Amino acid sequence: MNYFYYPGCSLEGTARELDASTRAVMETLGVELTEVSDWSCCGASAAEAVSRLLSLSLAARNLALAEGSRADAELLVPCSACYLNLRRVGGEIKGDGGALGRINQVLSEEGLAYRGGVRVRHLLDVLANDVGARRIAGKVRRPLAGLRIAPYYGCQILRPYADFDDPERPRSMEPVLSALGAEIHPWSGGGRCCGAGLMTTKKEVALDLTGSLLSSARGADAIATVCPMCQMNLEAFQKKISRRRGEDVAISILYLPQLIGAAFGLPPQRLGLNGNLALTPALHRKLRG
Amino acid sequence: MREQHSNIAKPVATAADAAPRDVSLERIAEMVSACMQCGTCTGSCGSSAAMDVPPRGLWRMVQFGMKEEIFSSRTFWLCSSCYTCTLRCPRGLALTDAMSALKRLAIAEGRLTDKKSPAFYRAFLDSVRRYGRVREVEMMGRYFIALKNPATPLAFTPLGVKLMARGKLSAGWPRLFGAGKLEAIFGKVRELEEGR
Repeated sequence: MNYFYYPGCSLEGTARELDASTRAVMETLGVELTEVSDWSCCGASAAEAVSRLLSLSLAARNLALAEGSRADAELLVPCSACYLNLRRVGGEIKGDGGALGRINQVLSEEGLAYRGGVRVRHLLDVLANDVGARRIAGKVRRPLAGLRIAPYYGCQILRPYADFDDPERPRSMEPVLSALGAEIHPWSGGGRCCGAGLMTTKKEVALDLTGSLLSSARGADAIATVCPMCQMNLEAFQKKISRRRGEDVAISILYLPQLIGAAFGLPPQRLGLNGNLALTPALHRKLRG
Repeated sequence: MREQHSNIAKPVATAADAAPRDVSLERIAEMVSACMQCGTCTGSCGSSAAMDVPPRGLWRMVQFGMKEEIFSSRTFWLCSSCYTCTLRCPRGLALTDAMSALKRLAIAEGRLTDKKSPAFYRAFLDSVRRYGRVREVEMMGRYFIALKNPATPLAFTPLGVKLMARGKLSAGWPRLFGAGKLEAIFGKVRELEEGR
């Protein structure tokens, strides 16, 4: 199995443990990742709010680079926001006959052209459907027995393109977590928004959205995430939210590949466990083995 | 390096300055023309409680072309792009895209009831245009400078300290690319959109 790999900007900064743990887990699973050379920002939510063409062109630049290396490239993306931006290019090309032409007019400035051949895949899709729970279970050396985990999917891998899960009641993470020996915390928060970028520009609103999620995860030992922005919103403001709500919402927040890597018995530094902002000492010890 | 430092505080032209017109209120009205005012969008929206006009009301205003009312509302700036309304709309309308289109139109026409979001988008895209990739410290620095309000960086200080302690923020500027890495792409988009 091999994929082209698009880390995205966050994975070089605040989400570097998602990058480290994804690479470590994929290597253990025998999945080969080839980083797209010279990749650039997907446009995030900023480009979309300023210019649709800019947003599509910034994303398509990366698809063109991957396609240039291999015509039927599959591109693995761990960040949900990057995933949606890159995935959207295919959606737009399908719906609007002129879109690809306009995008390529822009890309020609860099001598690039996109033909529409890249399949964009989120990390969770690849883990749940290509690798599969059985193969993951086969690599488990230190089961996460007794650990109750709330799977959190966020928005952008579920909607608007429901490529691999139910956009209202997502389940795809459950077989993976069960394969690790963990218990699933049943909750309805899995596909509810954390507030995303509003945490920067409309903090009060995002604190309420994130607070309601943290509160409904009560009873779980940890929330598993698959997106740098969800991870940051859920882990970085717990004290503030606890004061605001008058209830203790403290809970460990981990990226899914960190949990998988811990169950595989990988060393903690390869999983970036020191980078997590919300990880109880007891759980940290357990995951270190 | 020194040259890049000295550029940080300067206002830099971005796509936002060029006011690209890839949207009009008429086009957004077409996007929501089939809205039957059922309110599923409002009921599905996590931010609706904080909105001065609920999404359903906003779509009615858009259908009627009530420009003043639309752009004095903060509603579309409170959309977090979760796509739940789009998923559930019984008419199958691309409501989240319509919210984004309203943001673009407000920025293009300089009708900003909200200063923070546009300043953030601008700082972000400036970083992308120059370096190809976003460096969080540099980008947030631009955002704080644009807001000209010392309270904003102070509010982010606790988070910054936490991230710094874990070695996740490097104060250095990106070295990967020279300045203006994606200049050609930004320039071409501007040219095409102004040409319309």
